[in-house]
Amino acid sequence: MIENILINGLIHGGVYALLAVGFSLIFGVARIVNIAHTAFYMVAAYLIYTFATRLHLHPLLAIFLSIVIVPLIGILIYQLTIKPIQEHHVTVLIVTITVAIVFQEIMLLLFGGHFRGNPSLFVGYLEIFGVRVSYQHLLTLIVVFFVLLVTWWILLRTRLGIAIRATAQDREVANLMGMNVSRVAMITMGIAVTMAAIAGVLVAPLSVVEPYMWLHPLVMMLAIVVLGGLGSIKGSLAGAFILGFAETLVVFLIPLGAFLKGAFSLTIMIVVLLIRPEGLFGVAFEEER
Amino acid sequence: MAAFFSFRQMRLFLQKEILVLPSRTIAFFFCLALLLLPLVTKDPYLLRIIIFSSIFAIFAASWDLLSGFTGQMNFGHALFFGVAAYTSAILNLRLGLPPWLTIPLGALMAVVAGLVVGIPCLRLRGPYLALATLAFPIILMAIVFTIPDLTGGELGVSGIKQLARSRIATYYICVILMLGLGLLMWKIGDSKIGIIFHAIREDEIAVRASGINTTRYKLLAFSLSGFFAGVAGGLYTHFIRIAGPSTLEVSLSFQAIIWAIFGGVVTIYGPIAGVFILYPLMEFLRILPEIRTLLFGLTVIVILLFMPEGLTTWVRDKIEKECPRCKVRNGAWRKTCRVCFADMKQKVVSRSY
Repeated sequence: MIENILINGLIHGGVYALLAVGFSLIFGVARIVNIAHTAFYMVAAYLIYTFATRLHLHPLLAIFLSIVIVPLIGILIYQLTIKPIQEHHVTVLIVTITVAIVFQEIMLLLFGGHFRGNPSLFVGYLEIFGVRVSYQHLLTLIVVFFVLLVTWWILLRTRLGIAIRATAQDREVANLMGMNVSRVAMITMGIAVTMAAIAGVLVAPLSVVEPYMWLHPLVMMLAIVVLGGLGSIKGSLAGAFILGFAETLVVFLIPLGAFLKGAFSLTIMIVVLLIRPEGLFGVAFEEER
Repeated sequence: MAAFFSFRQMRLFLQKEILVLPSRTIAFFFCLALLLLPLVTKDPYLLRIIIFSSIFAIFAASWDLLSGFTGQMNFGHALFFGVAAYTSAILNLRLGLPPWLTIPLGALMAVVAGLVVGIPCLRLRGPYLALATLAFPIILMAIVFTIPDLTGGELGVSGIKQLARSRIATYYICVILMLGLGLLMWKIGDSKIGIIFHAIREDEIAVRASGINTTRYKLLAFSLSGFFAGVAGGLYTHFIRIAGPSTLEVSLSFQAIIWAIFGGVVTIYGPIAGVFILYPLMEFLRILPEIRTLLFGLTVIVILLFMPEGLTTWVRDKIEKECPRCKVRNGAWRKTCRVCFADMKQKVVSRSY
């Protein structure tokens, strides 16, 4: 029981962390509330289903293809639909909601509304301290850890990362310092969507793939970023693991927990907001005028 | 109004006040067409579409009154709708109250919900507020699922009384309520309260610095918006005679935002136009059941790419121009202003905020 809670909590937290960090990045850099973020996660899950289960490609090839194709779609969507109306924040919101709905409908058309199961890409398990951990779970944990590490490295140690953080801090000054702000935003979108795609690829074998699978993670992801403080990567990480564990605990310990898991996490979020309106790690900055 | 005393005065009123501006003409003929439609056709399916459009028009306009005017983005507008729907349904079923009583009571319950959400959320701004409000209908939905004895769980509360005996009476109740409440919301937006709402959106600190208690006005916006959305929820539940969890869904909240922004925010008539275009379009697309949501989504995206400020705002700016001197709106064809006779072709100094 405890080990199950631990492993599931880590996995949920990790997947949410991938989603929330990406969302936070793109919000920080371009001030876009990208509702379609989890739609890319769904697209990745469907791609891995197509490649691995339908076309019987090698798992690694399937993973590689999914992780390459989804960011391309993401950048295309960004260039075509978000960038032209970036000044109108509210309109961007609606457009991203609609983009997510369009993806959902495309998946519904192509694959139908059935729940699709994916066999584990890697079969078998490992015993750690007498606890059986399947390879798929282990892989998920390792990949999450690795991706988060790489993102952290990119953000803190590379020129691109400096540009991203500078743009997030002050778009205009970053532009004056000779950074191509719109290109930085595009690259950030690429990175964010890649992280969503990785999350999707990891989740596909662990749960079912269906056209509405973007809604629950969306709500959770939004709760996480608000909980942690919008635009704060550290906050998103902390929030993801807090809510990941909270969700797992509710599902394991309370009967009817599956109904309540979303509501429980959201209640945590609201309680935190009541105590700290800017989130756990958010900075209370003066509003932009 | 004095204008209605005689036929001649009515004609003058029509000529001087309504037909001078294309937007007023459109609004006038829209109302007229809605009121006269049952004389032409009694097709129940068509009436049903317009009844739904009217109900959702109230809902979308109430979102505009809160989020458009004050800029307090509400992502959980379905909360008001759902609270009112469940309250009306339960009051009607358990206590046997008639619809004309349950709908206002449901709306008052939605006001309470608005205060429950508003009071804690007032400390939050911008995206934080949007995402926090998203949470409330989801939490309420979980509560609904956990007490199925009262709420019927997943199936909802059914067996509620009809709004009126005949379809045409229902039609008139909904349409007249929509026009009346729409006018009321529009008037609120134009009043002193509305101006303060505008100011809160543009610069809250400046408003506070002018000695206005913004918290009180934001709460007022939450309550007003909750009331109107609640009326829509009550009408809806009495029309389809069931109150289910679908009235609390995230997608309904998103739907309201899509309608409002598609039509053009901070106008009240924009969201109404948005609903009356998009809802029938969605019904029309039933001929292509497989791809109708897809087509709907693509239409919204394409139109918003061309008209990022919404449809009505775009159309209004095409057919009407503001007088450069006295700021009164004029038909785009006029060479001189209809009030101050200034030359309409003068260079307008752009006012940027």
